[in-house]
Amino acid sequence: MDVSEVVLLDFWASLFCMRVKIALAEKGVQYDCKEENLANKSQLLLQMNPVHKKIPVLIHHGKPISESNIIVQYIDEAWQNKHPPLLPSDPYLKAQARFWADFVDKKVPIICHIFLLRFSIDLICVEKNTQINDGARRIWSTKGEELEKAKREFIEWLNVLEEQLGDKAYLMGESFGYADIAMVPFYCWFYALETIGKMSIEKECPKVVAWMKRCMERESVSKSLPDPHKVYEFRLQKLNNKTT
Amino acid sequence: MAGDKVKLLGFWGSPFALRVEWALRLKGVEYEYVEEDLSNKSPMLLQYNPLYKKVPVLVHNGKPIMESLVIIEYIDETWKNRPLLPIDPFERATSRFWAKFVDDKFVPLIIKMSSSTREQKDKVAEEAREVLKTLESSLNQNKPFYGGKILGFMDIAVAWIGIWAPMLEKIIDIKLLDEEYMPLLNTWFRDVLEVLVIKECIPPLDKLLAHYKDYYDRFMATKSN
Repeated sequence: MDVSEVVLLDFWASLFCMRVKIALAEKGVQYDCKEENLANKSQLLLQMNPVHKKIPVLIHHGKPISESNIIVQYIDEAWQNKHPPLLPSDPYLKAQARFWADFVDKKVPIICHIFLLRFSIDLICVEKNTQINDGARRIWSTKGEELEKAKREFIEWLNVLEEQLGDKAYLMGESFGYADIAMVPFYCWFYALETIGKMSIEKECPKVVAWMKRCMERESVSKSLPDPHKVYEFRLQKLNNKTT
Repeated sequence: MAGDKVKLLGFWGSPFALRVEWALRLKGVEYEYVEEDLSNKSPMLLQYNPLYKKVPVLVHNGKPIMESLVIIEYIDETWKNRPLLPIDPFERATSRFWAKFVDDKFVPLIIKMSSSTREQKDKVAEEAREVLKTLESSLNQNKPFYGGKILGFMDIAVAWIGIWAPMLEKIIDIKLLDEEYMPLLNTWFRDVLEVLVIKECIPPLDKLLAHYKDYYDRFMATKSN
């Protein structure tokens, strides 16, 4: 198969692109990966995803598919003859997998984003003030409660997954699949969250972390996720740019 | 699948419960409908959907499925007669994309509009019209329904707009489904809502209008205090 038959419009730090890369790797699909400059989006991206103008976009036989969870389902269906299946064959289990992937989509990105923003702005404010002045102290204390609230919300949502996991190896049971793929990219953010938030996610949600580590043992996952330190630096730089 | 017990927990005024009913009826599935009082949720609802505590919930042989689009796909995969989603993976992805687009972009604006002050509502209505215009751009002029001659997933996922948008236009005094700028959308909704099995599920429009008007009036009263 000609590699250019399958093209992925990508950005290395995008959690949503990571989902697609994991799915393609699971199915052993060869593809051409095109890195996008999000500050200067390519004509191809704007043409292939005119509605959202966002990555990831999978282009297969010249036709575009957007929205990461939808792309993962497409990959499972277009390459249904390739093992492993990404979704369970039983309709009820399939519905459960979709429900949990939808849950991750709905709640975790928002919380992670708020979390990082809150903490990082704080960090920068305090770092920039060589003398801790009243202004910085005020920001710290008024934001202090917000930060704790954001932390609690984040852990609360992870605990839902902790409970759903129970004693299972993966979210839906013994097989790695769609629901795990939806969540596992967030693992590369855990270092940033723990560093900035001064917390241990493993202590709060040990089963979630064990699950993430188990997923990372799969080559499709470990090769698709960037170095968490690189992600932390990238996030900090992004927020630095926003606040200067 | 004779002998199956199918129960739908719904609310008469919910477009999400309505579209699940449309899916069940198109498939000819027999089900028991259970009306929920959303101001006093039943122990059954809280037990079946402890995470979101929302309707609709489909209960099939005692097992619950939540989130209306997930439920519709479940119905399509369990009762294989009269398929709702296309067979081709690319067309399936396209249907899922547009259904998600409407849920992610249009629904929050409707909610925002229903709780906007008079000053804010025009701006929100403009954003909502832009979303509908984008949806219009996905329609093919030659097809009565989204996928062709037969009603399918996209039709039942989205046609509720053809009921709720005109209703909101009356209550809030804004324009949404502009006939001039969205002719395909208007025709599409009209065609879908005329289909008998769809039409017979639609709640009484005067009751729906009164219900949402009441909600909106109460909100506006709190704003002016």
